[in-house]
Amino acid sequence: MPRRCGARPGADAVPLPVPASAPAPRPRRPRLGARLCYRLGALLVPNRLWRGVGRSLERHPSGYRALHRVEAGVKEAAFGCRDCGQCALPTTGYACPMTCPKELRNGPCGGVRADGGCEVFPEVRCVWLVGYERAAAAGAAAGFAPLLGPLDHRRVGESAWVNYWLERDGSPAPRRGALHAGAPR
Amino acid sequence: MSAAVVGARPVRGRLATAVAEGRFAVTAELTPPKGADTAALRRAAALLAPHVHAVNLTDNAGAVVRLASWAAAVAVAEEGVEPVVQLQCRDRNRLALQSDLLGAAALGIPNVLLLTGDHQSAGDEPGAAGVFDLDALTLIETAARLRDEGRLGSGAALSSPPRWLIGAVENPAAPPLAFRPERAARKVAAGAQFLQTQFVFDVPLFAEFLGRLGDLGALERCAVLAGVGPVRSRRMLERLRHGIPGVVVPPSFAARFDGVPDARFAEAGIAYCAETVAALRSLPGIGGIHLMAFSWEEAIVEVLERVGLAAREPEAVAQ
Repeated sequence: MPRRCGARPGADAVPLPVPASAPAPRPRRPRLGARLCYRLGALLVPNRLWRGVGRSLERHPSGYRALHRVEAGVKEAAFGCRDCGQCALPTTGYACPMTCPKELRNGPCGGVRADGGCEVFPEVRCVWLVGYERAAAAGAAAGFAPLLGPLDHRRVGESAWVNYWLERDGSPAPRRGALHAGAPR
Repeated sequence: MSAAVVGARPVRGRLATAVAEGRFAVTAELTPPKGADTAALRRAAALLAPHVHAVNLTDNAGAVVRLASWAAAVAVAEEGVEPVVQLQCRDRNRLALQSDLLGAAALGIPNVLLLTGDHQSAGDEPGAAGVFDLDALTLIETAARLRDEGRLGSGAALSSPPRWLIGAVENPAAPPLAFRPERAARKVAAGAQFLQTQFVFDVPLFAEFLGRLGDLGALERCAVLAGVGPVRSRRMLERLRHGIPGVVVPPSFAARFDGVPDARFAEAGIAYCAETVAALRSLPGIGGIHLMAFSWEEAIVEVLERVGLAAREPEAVAQ
């Protein structure tokens, strides 16, 4: 069964790569090189054009769905994207923190094994360790893992790009007012 | 009964006083029982009472169900020990975490330790849902907001702000090693005032971690308590080496037990632990030690006696 996605206008009933009964998260090694990711990511930074595109897509459900399908497909193949709608990749060395079994968005837990293995899946390398090494290799260590607010569960299944352009994802833009994402301001 | 808990709202507990005055702080960890009988827990607490500033009550550690940390805290406080209530993110969402934080304040519990928590797959309910709605950093930030601004994470004002000392954990021995001081410093920036570490068996590695924390300016705002514990048996050594995620036992340390006969093992464990404590104590900038002995409290007292840290407590709890 395809999962229904979030409350964005026109975003109903889009088949997504991650079903409602998605298997538990498991660290996933990115399939795209870090430098390339940072270069591609820079193209998506919000500007007047992208804000316009985002606003327009929200008025055009079929366009929103098409973009979201592309985004989710590309990110699933490249990073094991779990469609959280609030993408943290630009601050995590483009290793998806939602594939961490604890879905930690603010750095590695203390259970990382001496050989770099995940606490839960010892045979797989900790996704935060992978991200740290990728960020360092790409010269992006300074911007690595800034403090992100908790996930806004209402936005799961939405297009993270549109949320990013319209500054609705609570990260990595500075948060105002309330501490927890999506709380009344 | 300690004045610190139930009915009273301490301005500053023993641990907070030790931290504020820059004295060498000593805490120990007690595991609440698998059941509602607190007799053994109370005996352990009474044994430790004269020797430690505070005792941590673990919160379903290892994802194994045990008596709630806050309830165990009330029990040990009745034995004259100042409690540290632990709160992890695996079992509760952001609503429950905040209400439990307020609950700890309402009971007059002076210290909270906020952590991410072990994954549920390692425990006795591996099929449980793992919540991880907040993580250690956002939980610390939330607690600091409750206390310092008198506001909830939602922004809503509290009728009266809580007043605990906020603690955090870090594992200096887990990869990526170079990022661990940075991560600890972020916890301090978010509001942590004391930091207890995972077991330290590699003192030079810990010294590097501590030095880096000093460079980051974190030691001015936070006391770092190194995690230590006596190894009781060959079985426990193997468990530490392979059974607890994040614990790193260097081969050189394990090798020290190679020629030790089983009958002398516990004795050696205490001696090596005392050596480690002595070495840690000489490090500039260290805030204290956090002792973890897995129900071997007599050994904690023994270690403290050997290094001259026993029976320094209690001081009066300021009201």
